[in-house]
Amino acid sequence: MTTLVVAEHESGALRQATFNVVAAAKAIGNDITVLVAGQGAGEVAAAAGNIDGVSKVLHADDEAYAQEIAENLSALIVSIAGNFSHILFAATAAGKNVMPRVAALLNVDGISDITSVVSVDTFIRPIYAGNAMATVKSQDTTKVITVRTTSFDPANESGGSAAVETVAGAGASDLVAFIGEELSQSDRPELTSADIVVSGGRGMQNGDNFAMLDEIAAKLNAAVGASRAAVDSGFVPNEYQVGQTGKVVAPNLYIAVGISGAIQHLAGMKDSKVIVAINKDEEAPIFQVADYGLVADLFEALPELSKALDG
Amino acid sequence: MKILVGVKRVLDYNVKARVNADKTGIELANVKMSMNPFDEIAVEEALRIKEAGNADEVIAISIGPSQSQETIRTALAMGADRGILIETDELLQPLAVAKLFQQLVEKEKPGLVILGKQAIDGDNNQTGQMLSALTGMAQATFASKVEIDGQSAKVTREVDAGLESIKITLPAILTTDLRLNEPRYAKLPNIMKAKKKPLETVPVADTGVDISSKLSVIEVNEPEQRKAGVIVSSVAELVEKLRNEAKVI
Ligand SMILES: Cc1cc2nc3c(=O)[nH]c(=O)nc-3n(C[C@H](O)[C@H](O)[C@H](O)COP(=O)(O)OP(=O)(O)OC[C@H]3O[C@@H](n4cnc5c(N)ncnc54)[C@H](O)[C@@H]3O)c2cc1C
Ligand SMILES: Nc1ncnc2c1ncn2[C@@H]1O[C@H](COP(=O)(O)O)[C@@H](O)[C@H]1O
Repeated sequence: MTTLVVAEHESGALRQATFNVVAAAKAIGNDITVLVAGQGAGEVAAAAGNIDGVSKVLHADDEAYAQEIAENLSALIVSIAGNFSHILFAATAAGKNVMPRVAALLNVDGISDITSVVSVDTFIRPIYAGNAMATVKSQDTTKVITVRTTSFDPANESGGSAAVETVAGAGASDLVAFIGEELSQSDRPELTSADIVVSGGRGMQNGDNFAMLDEIAAKLNAAVGASRAAVDSGFVPNEYQVGQTGKVVAPNLYIAVGISGAIQHLAGMKDSKVIVAINKDEEAPIFQVADYGLVADLFEALPELSKALDG
Repeated sequence: MKILVGVKRVLDYNVKARVNADKTGIELANVKMSMNPFDEIAVEEALRIKEAGNADEVIAISIGPSQSQETIRTALAMGADRGILIETDELLQPLAVAKLFQQLVEKEKPGLVILGKQAIDGDNNQTGQMLSALTGMAQATFASKVEIDGQSAKVTREVDAGLESIKITLPAILTTDLRLNEPRYAKLPNIMKAKKKPLETVPVADTGVDISSKLSVIEVNEPEQRKAGVIVSSVAELVEKLRNEAKVI
């Protein structure tokens, strides 16, 4: 039995999420093959072969995979699916976009966002914004899964020496055309894999005030996140949203500033190792999950915190 | 063209889910149920497309127990034209839901199907993508902006690194993200009118669709609870604790 891990990459490098998915594949216990689909992504395929625990890399080099078009990727994966007992994706925007197509085309149920592997056919996944954990067992011949990356410590980037084999493309859909993207430029670490995350909510009042969080994040080498309310109000872009329907983070330290702690927000951060909440309302639900709570006006606390971090 | 929208009845987003006593699922007796929030956004988008003259009928579809009629009535009160309930008391997996939608797509021949990106009960985020794969229609998931242009649409999508835009040929499947629009509230006169709009109920057995599943829920448990923390009295104390007690900075 072999598990296929569908790699994600950009600008010639594997995305961090892929290492977490390989770790989930290791927990399942089969041989691991990694699929790298892209255009001119030879370096990425080579890097995938170096990941500890990977025994083979399949590399599809085709214009159809220059962007992450779900139609094209799912056709490719289905064309090789017969060789695999498990097909794993990261539970990222890209993975969520493709996984269900592959499952449907194979006529199997998809299994979303697993947080642990109980056995080759049994997995645990959060439901209802993480207020319940479902143990699910699949009797499908191919198990098609997305993996919650924060639940699996990344596999080592080196230690493997897998051969890279070429696979043919499987055509391109003429119903979808990529137009363009607006990606945020940031020199901060990536939100879902940062060791420290500093997030702001509606209490920040406007986008300019997020500069206070940026300043602290810079001192801590942290990523900056936000609640839905902060995103909806236009303080920060959509990709900052942490929560049930945004990104899931589980850093060593999560600092929630001016965030009330709605169920949907907690769903995205309550597995953080240490949680700090700064909120002027002592009744705010965020304090129920915080290891350290500071009841204070953020406009006084943040400058003080920034200064204290210099010391 | 016609637009089909999915409207699932789910535990209201304000209610904290509790695992039931026999650990088979969530306690759903006597709790507030509502339309899945992403589906409200789907209904709103369909209505806006219709109001802009790009569609002539909006059909709200729910798959679930008979009480899901209320969810459909909410969509009708918002402005949808008619509703279809595929009635079942079973909890279906997204694949089965997608197959039922596929049959309705074949029957109604819509130009667009708009679903939510995710139902907030199962948090699967699968049905739209599955329906696209089954029907062969293009997919544009996590939409935050939709511009219909004759036989195609330009869709802005929320992705992990920002926004992406794609052009899709219609008919197509869309799934909604939070920023797509702000759904309207149904006004009282429209709630009254909605009672007279057509709502067809079809028992799931009559569809002939195979809704069986090889995925079973063995057990549902409460998540691990965090242990209670402490309230610190100053920023200085906070920093001291993060440095020396938690050792995270
Ligand atoms: C379908 C759906 C999906 C959702 N998905 C998500 C999600 O993924 N992520 C998410 O975050 N939310 C999500 N939400 C929204 C969620 O329900 C809450 O509305 C949101 O998290 C609230 O954001 P907030 O805490 O920033 O705002 P509020 O709840 O308004 O809280 C603001 C807090 O700031 C504090 N404050 C104000 N001023 C100050 C000050 N000067 N100093 C200190 N504290 C101050 C207040 O005391 C308050 O506690 C979702 C909702 C729905 C319906
Ligand atoms: N039982 C259902 N009835 C109507 N629509 C549904 C149902 N289940 C899922 N959907 C649609 O599919 C979307 C995604 O659901 P899911 O894949 O379960 O997260 C929802 O937002 C709905 O639009």
